[in-house]
Amino acid sequence: MPASPYNGFTNYGIGLGLRVPHYRHILSKKPVVDWFEIISENFMVDGGRPLEVLDQILEQYRVVQHGVAMYFGSADRLNREHLKKLKRLVKRTNTPWLSDHLCWGSVDGRYTHDLLPMPYTFAAARTTAANIREAQDFLEVPICVENVSSYAEFHASEMTEWEFLSEVVELADCGILLDVNNIYVSSKNHNFDPYEYLNNVPHHRVGQIHIAGHSKFEKYILDTHDHPVLDLVWKMYGHAIKLVGKTATLLEWDDRIPTFKEVHDEALKANKFVEKQFETSAA
Amino acid sequence: MKRSKPTSLSKSNSKLRPLKTIPVRSRSQLKELQTLMASALFRPLTAKDRMLPRWIDGSSMAAVAERFIKPNDRLSAFERLEIYNRVYWFRILDCLYDDYPGLRAIVGPRKFMKLATAYLAKYPSVSFTLRNLGQRLEQFLREEPHWIAPHRELALDMTRFEWAQVVAFDDPAQPVITTDYILDTPPAKLRLGLQPYLSLLELNYAVDKFFLAVQKRDSGVLRDEASNTFEAMPSTSSRKKPVQLPKREHVHVVVHRYNNMLYYKRLEPEAFAMLQALRRGLTVEKACTNALASTRRPGVDWPTQIKDWFDNWSSLGWFCRRS
Repeated sequence: MPASPYNGFTNYGIGLGLRVPHYRHILSKKPVVDWFEIISENFMVDGGRPLEVLDQILEQYRVVQHGVAMYFGSADRLNREHLKKLKRLVKRTNTPWLSDHLCWGSVDGRYTHDLLPMPYTFAAARTTAANIREAQDFLEVPICVENVSSYAEFHASEMTEWEFLSEVVELADCGILLDVNNIYVSSKNHNFDPYEYLNNVPHHRVGQIHIAGHSKFEKYILDTHDHPVLDLVWKMYGHAIKLVGKTATLLEWDDRIPTFKEVHDEALKANKFVEKQFETSAA
Repeated sequence: MKRSKPTSLSKSNSKLRPLKTIPVRSRSQLKELQTLMASALFRPLTAKDRMLPRWIDGSSMAAVAERFIKPNDRLSAFERLEIYNRVYWFRILDCLYDDYPGLRAIVGPRKFMKLATAYLAKYPSVSFTLRNLGQRLEQFLREEPHWIAPHRELALDMTRFEWAQVVAFDDPAQPVITTDYILDTPPAKLRLGLQPYLSLLELNYAVDKFFLAVQKRDSGVLRDEASNTFEAMPSTSSRKKPVQLPKREHVHVVVHRYNNMLYYKRLEPEAFAMLQALRRGLTVEKACTNALASTRRPGVDWPTQIKDWFDNWSSLGWFCRRS
């Protein structure tokens, strides 16, 4: 959505993920980019090069934090040390909102370093929402939760993924980071209509959108973030923008990363859909 | 070089009827399901990078998977769980593979993958960041030295050296102590801390030079930092020219950073002993006395030498207040 409580009342445009192979280009050429998304965990350190680079980026650009290890859906309570480190980073970056995934990934302090799917049950939704509320209260910054791509479904599930997402964000009173590519990937892996997903999430809570490329295998699709965005995903993005309005959008490209210009050009394609929607609305 | 990503999965026995499925109607049941799934993921893959066909108790893994995962029209529950099992191992092995090029060069890529698998099976990650994945590798190799035979000492030296680089990269830096403070405090009372990111390594092999040779050979490799991406299993077959293993040589090395760049600095034994003593909390005077007590180098102007060392270490920002 445009400025809303879920994105800290901001109106950010098209952003890019800050990635190591592009550091030199960004710091020396200072390209015009609306904002950068950083992986929070890469900068939750106590010193050295990562923080030096981050501080240089912060001098020039707006930064939004995106986490990969909060694991809101874990049955265990949130790790307070993790939260404290995250809060230190929040203070450093002044991120207007932060995001992490609607998933789990650790048990009893052992980490899988993966974004594992949730069983879509009311009990799981309550547990997840309680964790998000706790994090939001502690961090004092709006949180958007991102739908993950998944390759497995649980017998225990009592609802669809979009119903689960809606239940969690309503209970937690938080925002959504709508990953259009993840919806596409999961729709293929689990045989559902991705547009039904897009149509049935609480649109007013969408604070940010992710787009990315993926890899197709014989029997399933993997969310690899190593390709340009597929036309079908762009089409879904156009539909999403119609539903949620002009929303901060970020292109994820994490593997086989091409030049900065190629990634930036790919991300800027999103403007076409935003402008089209703006023209339609104005007419 | 990375092995290509898998494109198909083996068929599991989809005719097995599920046992009682696992409900998730409470936090404790959610925990039960997550514990079961995590236990499945933490189990190493077969030699052909597949999920193990048998569960811990010897029962069919397919039947266990069917207790909590739904099959679809293309994949059985086993195959769907296997995707996660493989992604888990590919990701963490890939990370260790990138973090320990020196150890890999010593033991060879194939043996490295086996020891890395054994290590991660025994000591799964207990940190939110993959940065700490190798934290207990030295301990593991001391407990199970057969993984690094016949190069035990060399491999242990390299493991310490490569972990020290992780520490030097992003461990905290304390405010640097000023030269004025050092000069204004009597040596008999002066205690200095060393920066937390600085590691003092007494080594039996010149692994610093060996590491640089390996790095030169492998130059151009960048560490991935993907969030939710799939990593292929690192390659175990290498066409790279092997780097000759170093000969036994007693060296003292400091791994540190300066202007946020990593450096390895060789030290003379006395200088190394002095820094070790300072880190232990001895006063500067005691550290100097102890370090020079057993020196066998005649004809050295020690007062001048010590002053030069301290000037150099101060300029590198190594000294901080003791915490």
